[in-house]
This record gives sequence, structure tokens and C-alpha cells, in this order.
Amino acid sequence: MTLTDDHVFEAYRPTDGRRDELLRPDRSVRPAWQEVASVLDQIGHADLQNRRVEIRRLLRGDGVTYNVYGDDSGRPNAWNLDPLPLVWSSDEWRTIEQGIVQRAELLALVLEDIYGPRSLFRKGVLPPDAVLGHPGYLRALVQPGPSRAGAAKADGLVLYGADIVRDLDGYPVVLADFAESPSGAGYALENRLVLSRVMPSLFRSVHVHRTAPFLRMVRASLAARSASVTDDPRVVILTPGPHNESHFEHAFLASQLGYTLVEGGDLVVRRGRVYLQSLGGDEPVDAMIRRVDGEWCDPLELRPESQLGVPGLVEATRRGSLAVANHLGASVLECPALTAFLPQLSHALLGQPLLLPQPRSWWCGDPQALAHVLAHIDDMVVKPSTPWKGSRTLRSRQLDDADRAALLHDIAECPHLFVGQEIVEPSTAPTLNARGVIEARPVVVRTFAVADHDSFVVMPGGLGRVGGSLDEVFVSNQRGALSKDVWVLASEPEPTSGFWLRSGPSVSASDPAGALPPRTVENLYWLGRYVERAEGLVRLLRTVVDRHIELQDRLTPGASGTMERLLAAVTHTTGTYPGFVDRPDQGSDPLPELLRVIVDPDVPGSLAATLNSMLASADAVREQLSGDSWLALDSLTRTIAPLRGAPVAEAENLLASALASALVNLLAFAGLAGESMVRDPGWAAMDVGRRIERTIQLLALLRATLTQGGDTAAESLTIESTLVAAESIITYRRRYRSQAQVATVLDLLLLDPDNPRSAGFQLAAIESGLAALPRSRAGRTGLDADERVAVEAHAKLRIVDTRELATRHEMLDGSPPSRLVMATTIDELRGLMVDLSDAIEKVHFTHLQRSPLLLHLTEGSGV
Amino acid sequence: MILDVTHRTTYRYSQPVSLGYSEARLLPRELPIQVNRSSALHVHPVPAMRTERTDYFGNRVVHLSFDEPHDELVVTAHSVVSTEPLPPGSIDHFGDPWELARLLPSQLHGGGAHDAEFALPSPLVPTSATLRAYAELTFTPGRPLLDAVQHLCHRIHTDFDYRPGVTTISTSVDEVLEAREGVCQDFAHVAIGALRSIGLGAQYVSGYLETEPPPGEPRLAGVDASHAWFSVFAPEGGWLHVDPTNNQLVNERYVVLGWGRDYGDVAPLKGVVFSGGGEQTLTVAVDVVRVNGTDGT
Repeated sequence: MTLTDDHVFEAYRPTDGRRDELLRPDRSVRPAWQEVASVLDQIGHADLQNRRVEIRRLLRGDGVTYNVYGDDSGRPNAWNLDPLPLVWSSDEWRTIEQGIVQRAELLALVLEDIYGPRSLFRKGVLPPDAVLGHPGYLRALVQPGPSRAGAAKADGLVLYGADIVRDLDGYPVVLADFAESPSGAGYALENRLVLSRVMPSLFRSVHVHRTAPFLRMVRASLAARSASVTDDPRVVILTPGPHNESHFEHAFLASQLGYTLVEGGDLVVRRGRVYLQSLGGDEPVDAMIRRVDGEWCDPLELRPESQLGVPGLVEATRRGSLAVANHLGASVLECPALTAFLPQLSHALLGQPLLLPQPRSWWCGDPQALAHVLAHIDDMVVKPSTPWKGSRTLRSRQLDDADRAALLHDIAECPHLFVGQEIVEPSTAPTLNARGVIEARPVVVRTFAVADHDSFVVMPGGLGRVGGSLDEVFVSNQRGALSKDVWVLASEPEPTSGFWLRSGPSVSASDPAGALPPRTVENLYWLGRYVERAEGLVRLLRTVVDRHIELQDRLTPGASGTMERLLAAVTHTTGTYPGFVDRPDQGSDPLPELLRVIVDPDVPGSLAATLNSMLASADAVREQLSGDSWLALDSLTRTIAPLRGAPVAEAENLLASALASALVNLLAFAGLAGESMVRDPGWAAMDVGRRIERTIQLLALLRATLTQGGDTAAESLTIESTLVAAESIITYRRRYRSQAQVATVLDLLLLDPDNPRSAGFQLAAIESGLAALPRSRAGRTGLDADERVAVEAHAKLRIVDTRELATRHEMLDGSPPSRLVMATTIDELRGLMVDLSDAIEKVHFTHLQRSPLLLHLTEGSGV
Repeated sequence: MILDVTHRTTYRYSQPVSLGYSEARLLPRELPIQVNRSSALHVHPVPAMRTERTDYFGNRVVHLSFDEPHDELVVTAHSVVSTEPLPPGSIDHFGDPWELARLLPSQLHGGGAHDAEFALPSPLVPTSATLRAYAELTFTPGRPLLDAVQHLCHRIHTDFDYRPGVTTISTSVDEVLEAREGVCQDFAHVAIGALRSIGLGAQYVSGYLETEPPPGEPRLAGVDASHAWFSVFAPEGGWLHVDPTNNQLVNERYVVLGWGRDYGDVAPLKGVVFSGGGEQTLTVAVDVVRVNGTDGT
């Protein structure tokens, strides 16, 4: 097929001297691409742009991020996917697949040997000084004896990744191996989900191998390896935490695989066994996918400064009670010096050559290799054979004279620390760039394999990444590359299958309560509080803004008294003092201060700060939330973004609609929480958090608006506004048709057990929420501290006499009469709510992970 | 010579500790010239789990874990060890030019593969141009290895002040080299770094030295501490132990606990506990007492 004049790829110009994936040098379309190219042509250039926008929207909606180190913005970067896939024929794929399987098998054997009998060193196949200086070679993990033959399989190489490019001849070449904790599979699956939604016509016209079943293989592999004899082992994914660059993927895999996402502090080792500390008690852990680098996994036997690991973990693996994927010392397989010897190792261990070539590499520790590297340095990439401080991969041709001389000097000084590697020019693939032009960009594909019984299974496809420019040597996500979905064409359609169909032995549902670490429950509790805080604040601000516009001329009787109280309520409920309190002058032009309370993230208690805290809590429990939740949460910050930096006059016009859309998103999230979340202890904690916050907000509102004296006009306007802000005005009007009275307002807002906005309703719900949290009473019949405070607060509320609260008392200093009993009662109740929150923290969330790890002082040698 | 070694380490916590994990390398290894008559590790409180194994370097390690609240941890190692002087002729192989003992650049394909790693930098002992410059003042071309090593020891002994308390286990070799003061483990690290920087293999050795009282005074119990030195590799001769702190070859008055690449591999006792935010104090008492005269009978 050749391109017609109006073809979507007509203007596409691959670079001379590079192989292009789509076009042959004569500009005919390669066979694998023909169907895809013609469907893309039907879609057309303009529509491709639309789909790119749609992709961005969907990725954002799913909350897909990749955190870039050194980015100070504090917010994760959005993930980016090209609408144009990379297409491989099934023949091309077969070569790659076989090569990856072979390579994974080889690396698994190398791993087994260098942590076991170490015969490769003795036989001289692998020079020990090539790898023994690598910091990832963990001597604590070496087990020379045959003592644990049974456990030997438990934690070898389970998950493997390889970066593949195609060279000038189109032959696949392995650029790098990933054995420490290969990342990217989750992003690849997410890319497929998104692209299949955005390009349904493409997926109908060609048969693409499904990638999702790969996760079933991961589950099966982990199940087969876990030490426990149960059919349904408890598997955890160990993450360094929400700040890690690929935290999205950790959470994505946890929720897709049904594993618990944990941080080091959630686990504890007792008598050589690893346990997950969970709300209902400790649960044994059988297997772990680790996303924490091996060196950081155990402060006792590995890096003592690590706060990410679990003391005693190494001993647990040594005893065979925990399978770790991958082996804690697997990162040594990524050592470039070891890679240089893989061709020889393949002959020695498999008796066959490598099926997929790798760039020819020379470890400079060998004098002959050193001479070769020095003679051809300008045609090579020079890699550090062991990462050390400040070490980088360099291309000598791109260095200035001084840097080049320094590199040559360093190599001569410590030759064994360097590996020279032939340069491979990756093929290019059509990519829709940011300007909307389809251009040729170098492409690297991360492929993924998982250990099967005695071999490996490869995900058909992978994570494609394209360089920012043609000259970019190293394509990496850290530099913010664009990703691509990789399609392996199938000869016939495959049956549709989700992750869970055909999943082998039936899996019993595990107790959801047991799977929740206290850290997760705590984050859900705070998520509940922040969401409610934001919602309450948005309602109050809306009321204030509406009233401000309505009463602008201040001619209505009671106008200024009402505004004064409402504005003070904003300051009191947010804690953004001094704000409007004791500064009546602010009241005449409240907009600047109101805007500050809305958009300034550096003001604690502001809406922007609350939304940031809310997102941070949500981020930390990502795997607990449905994908749709991100639709609601992620766009929240954007609702108030237009107000930031806008001139006050302009912001005033935008204010009402911004607050309205913020409210819509918050309500959507509340709806999802109500309708889509399982009623487990995590949900109960979130609901309790929400209701505690609502009570506190309500009490603060009443305290600020209704306790002071004032004329009747101001009072009735204020009452009405308070009812609006408390979302109870309709009910009030319906129930008490007469004029607004403070006593009846208090009946509705404080006591009414049927008003879902009343304090009484919240306290009843809190009591039942607390009852749903697991607790160990250990033979006691009494209540826990949190339950006691909740009961006390509820009782205190129920004995309130609203008539008495509404009574005004003459003030001795001559100021207008105030509702003193109401003020003190509200203050007491608010104090109890704060106590309640503290008690919940103490009873439910204070577990061992709150105790900092303390390294023993070590005794130096004295004499 | 028979040496009776008692090494007691006591941790006190201001707040009770409920979970703790420790690794002890406090039991002497067996060597041709060092035989354990008895060795035992007593631990209080009784650990929830206790396992003994041999580590990567062949040292004896006891892994301990605790799961009952305790505010004090006492680990007492008691060993009776009989030692012998180096057999005659054992240092003869160290008379060749030092260059012949170099392990790097790599000449090892097969053979004594295991030893090559002791010429590589390790976490606490990096190699550097400064260290190499320090070594090269002594390691002139063709100089016999033993002669050069002894001269290096002599220089460390003279150039550096022995001063307890000025360094910690996290003081880097470069800092020690700069300040020219420290304790035995610092001197051992400097020597090891210097030797590795010129391609020789060197190990860090942890152990004890019988200390003699000043003339006329009774020997005081409990004033000793654990000791450390280094050993250097020669292809034919194996590993020769040398003590830069006291500027002498290691003899029968020394007891070897174990060795590794640097202090981090053979810390006598290390541990991690979950603390309630409290403090800890550490006291160490070591007695190395000669039993039954000097002939070991």
C-alpha cells in the first residue's frame, strides 16, 4: 500500500538513515500497519486531535500520574499517551517473545547461582569483581548450602521487564533488563483501557492480542510461590508511599490484583513470620510484590537508615515463610557489567546463544576490553558498572573536551567500574506531537514477563515510550516522555476476558476488614473529614456571596449586622484569623479576603488548602476508591483555578459558577461514596470522619451567627442565611411556617433526629459507625475511649433545652443581650467533638507504625 | 595461650520496647590457630526467637527477636579460646614484591575468586585518590609486601592520634584521614582503604586484644573494649592480620570474632526496636583474661 495525496500520513517524513516502523524507505506502508493505517486515515487528522484531547481527559479522570523527581509543584504529573499505537505483527512478536522468555530464564538461573552455589565465579564465566561491587548484591541473602531446597523457588526472578528497540535492520535488540521491581505493566494496561475506549473503530478492524490476562498470570505465579499452603494466600504490594514516581501503578495493580497495598510500617515480623497489622488484628502475609528497592527492605540486615522497610524481613525470607517477588537481591541483574557477560552466560547455562541480541558491551575490568573501549570511545555509550554517587551514563561524543578527558581518566583509574556499549539507533514511529503534527520519534518498548511453573509468560504488548526528539539518547519517564500503546496483531479475534475469568482455582473472598491497614483507614477517615470540610465551606461561601450581592446597598434593614455575622462565620469555621473578626471595615469590601480564603493554598483552612489535603488523603488510598471517584476529585481543583490571579472584579463574576461546580463535584463524590463503596471498616471510618466534621462545622456556624444579640431584622435575615448554609431552609419553611425563631431553628439543626443535617443525626450515625470499626475488647465489657466520648456528646446534646438556649441574657457591660447558655453549650459540644477525633486516632490508628524505628546505638571498637 | 573473654552489652530504654530485632556477631570463629573451648551467648530477656547461622563471610551470627515489652536488653557473650602463635614460616610468602599480590585489575578468572571482592570499595571504605596517594608513599615499586604493610602501619601509628570519642561509626574514612585521629576501627578502615586503592585485598577484622595493666598495678576488670584490625591478602600466603593501632602483627594475644569488608559487615551487636519515642543508653563491658599461664596448658 502506498499513500494517497490526502492520506493522514501523507506529510509524515521519517528521518533518513533511521528505520521507521510505519513506512518503508519507498514510503509504502509496512504490512503489519496496513489495516491500522487505513482506519487512522478514515479517522482523519482533525479527529485524531480530538481523540488526543479525549485521551487526556480519560487519563485524568482515572487519576493516572507519574511523579517526576525534582518537580517541586507537589502535584503528580499527568500521564501522557499518544493516540497512535505501535503495531507489531504476530511473527515479529514471536521472535521477541521467545527472546524475552529465554533471557528471563537465563537471568533467573544467574540469580539462583550468584545467591547460591556461586559456581559461575569459580568456573570463571563471570568475573566476581564485575558484580560483587554492585550495591545490589546483598550478601545477607547469599545461601550457599542446599539447606532450603524447598524454599529456593520461592523468591527468585518472578517479574521481569526488558526494554526493546529495533535496530536499523528492524531486528529487535534488548537495551536494558529490569529485575529489581520492573515497573510499567500497570501503565501499559491502563493505556490499553484508555485507547480501546477512544479508538473503538481501530480495535474493531484489527485483532489485537489482549494484555489484561497477564495479571491473571501474575496472580497464579504469586499463588504458586507463596509459602502458605492455602489456596488463597495473602499477598501484599510493598510501596515506598504516595511520593514514589509510579505510585499510581502500585495502587492500580493492588486494586486490579486484589492485593493489599502496604507501606513498610504496616508490616511487622514476629518470630520469623511477616504480619499485616490490620484493624481487626494481625494477619500473616504469604507473599509480597515489592516496589521498594531491595537494599531498603530491612533496616536490621540491609541499609540501617531505611524507614521504608521491615526489620526482620530478610530473616523471614531466609526461613521461607515469605515469598518475595522479586528476590531482594535481584537488582544486581541490572548491573551493566553482568549484562556484558550474558552472551557467555547463555552458552554456559543454557547451552545456546542469546536469541535476541543486545548492544555489544565491554566490561573495562578486562584489560583487552578496556583497550577496545578506549580505542572506540566515541562510538560508545559508557555506563557505570555499579551506580555510585554522581555516576551517569555518558556518550563521549556528546561531551566537551574537558569532560571527555575526565571520563577517560576515570576509566583508566578504575576500569572495573565502567562498561562500554555499542550505540544502537532505535527505530522511529509516527507520533502526534504537541503541535498536532505527526512526526517520527525514536521508540523504546518495555516488555513484561512473569514466571510460570518452570518458564516465563510474556505480556503480548508493552509500554512504548517515545523520545522528546530524534536525538534523545535515553528515553525515560523521568524526563517526561510520551507513552504509546503497543499492539501485537493476532491472526484471529481472541475471546473477551476480564481479569478474573478463568482464573484457575477458585478464590474465596477474604475478610475485607482484615485487609485494611490502619494507615489506610486513617487516610479514609481524614478523606471524609476534608471532603465534608470542603463541602461545608463551599455552602457557607455560596450563602455569603449571594447575600453580599443581594444586600450590596446595605439598605435592607439588618443588612450590615447580617453580613457581619456571616463573614465572621467564614473566619470562625475556617480558622483563617484575623479575617473578618473584629475588623468590621473588611465587611464593606469583603471580596479580597473571601478570595484569599478560597484560592490561597498557603492559608491553612482555605478551600484550596482543604482540597489539597483532601487530594493527598485520596492519593494515599487510591486503591480503595473507584475509578469514577477520580473524575469527581481531580476536576475539583480546576473548578476554583480560574479565580486564582484574576482581578477582583473579574473574579466576582466567576465566583458563583466556580462555587457551584465545586459543589457539584463534591456531591458527586459523596454520591459515589454512598452508592459505590463497600460498607467495610474503611467506609465506616470515612463516614465517621464526615459526620464529625459536619457537626463541628455546624456548631461553628451556629456559634458565629446566632449567639450574639442584635435587632430583630438582622436576626431574622441571619437565621435564614444560617438555614441556607446548613442546607435546611426548605425543611424549616415547610415545618415552621411562622416567622423564624431561634428556638425552632435549634430544634431543627441541633436536635431533630430525622434531619440528616442536624447534630443529633450526626451523633447517632457516629455511634453506629464506631460500632462498625473492629476493636479488640479482650474480655472487657466497658466501652473504648472513642465510644465513651461519642455517647457523652450525644447525651449532652439530647438533654439540651432549646428554649433556654434561645434566651438572651442581659449583659452587665451594656452591650446587646447575648445567648450565653447557647454559647457555652456549643463550646462544650465542640470540645467533645475534638476529643472524639483524638480518641478515634488513639484507639484505632495508633499502631506500631506510629512508633518510630530506633536503631540500636552501635558499639564502636575501643582499644 | 588461653583467653577467657566476657563481652556484655546492655541497652536500657526510657520507655518499654515491645518489639526488637538484633544480630550478634559475638561468638569467635574457629581458625587453625584459634580453637573455642567453649562459647555461649546469654540473652536477657529471653528472646521470642533465636537462630544461629553462618554468614556470607563465614562468621557466626545469632539472630534474636523479642516480642514482649522490656526496658532492658543484656547480651553477654562468654568464650574460652585457646590461641597459638603464627606457625613458623607463615609470613614468608609476604616477602614478594607487593605488586604480585594485587587483585585488581582483574586477573582472576577462576581460582581464588572469592578474594577479589576485598579489593573493591565497600560501603564504609570507599577507595579514593587521596587514599592511594597515602599508600603510594609506602608502596614503592618492587617493595616486599610485608615490609610495605608494616611501614604503612608504622605511619598510621605515628600520623594518627588515638583519641576515643572523636569519631563515630558514621565518620567517613576521608574525615579520619583529614582529622588524623580516631580509634582502632578508623585506623583499620584507613589501612584497608589505602591497600584497596592500590589494588590489594584487605579485610576488616573484629575481635579482642588482651590488655596488660601498667607495671605494678592490678589488672582492672571491665575496662577493655572490643578491638579491630585488618588483614591483607597474598596469593600464596593467604591473609595476614596486622594491627595498625598498636603497630604490630597480630599474635596469640588476639582473639578473632570475625571479618568482613568493613565494620558494617561485622558489627558485634546491632539491632532495631520499635520505640515509643524514648531514649536508649548503651553500656559495654569487655574482659579478656589470660587463664592458666601463657602456654595454653
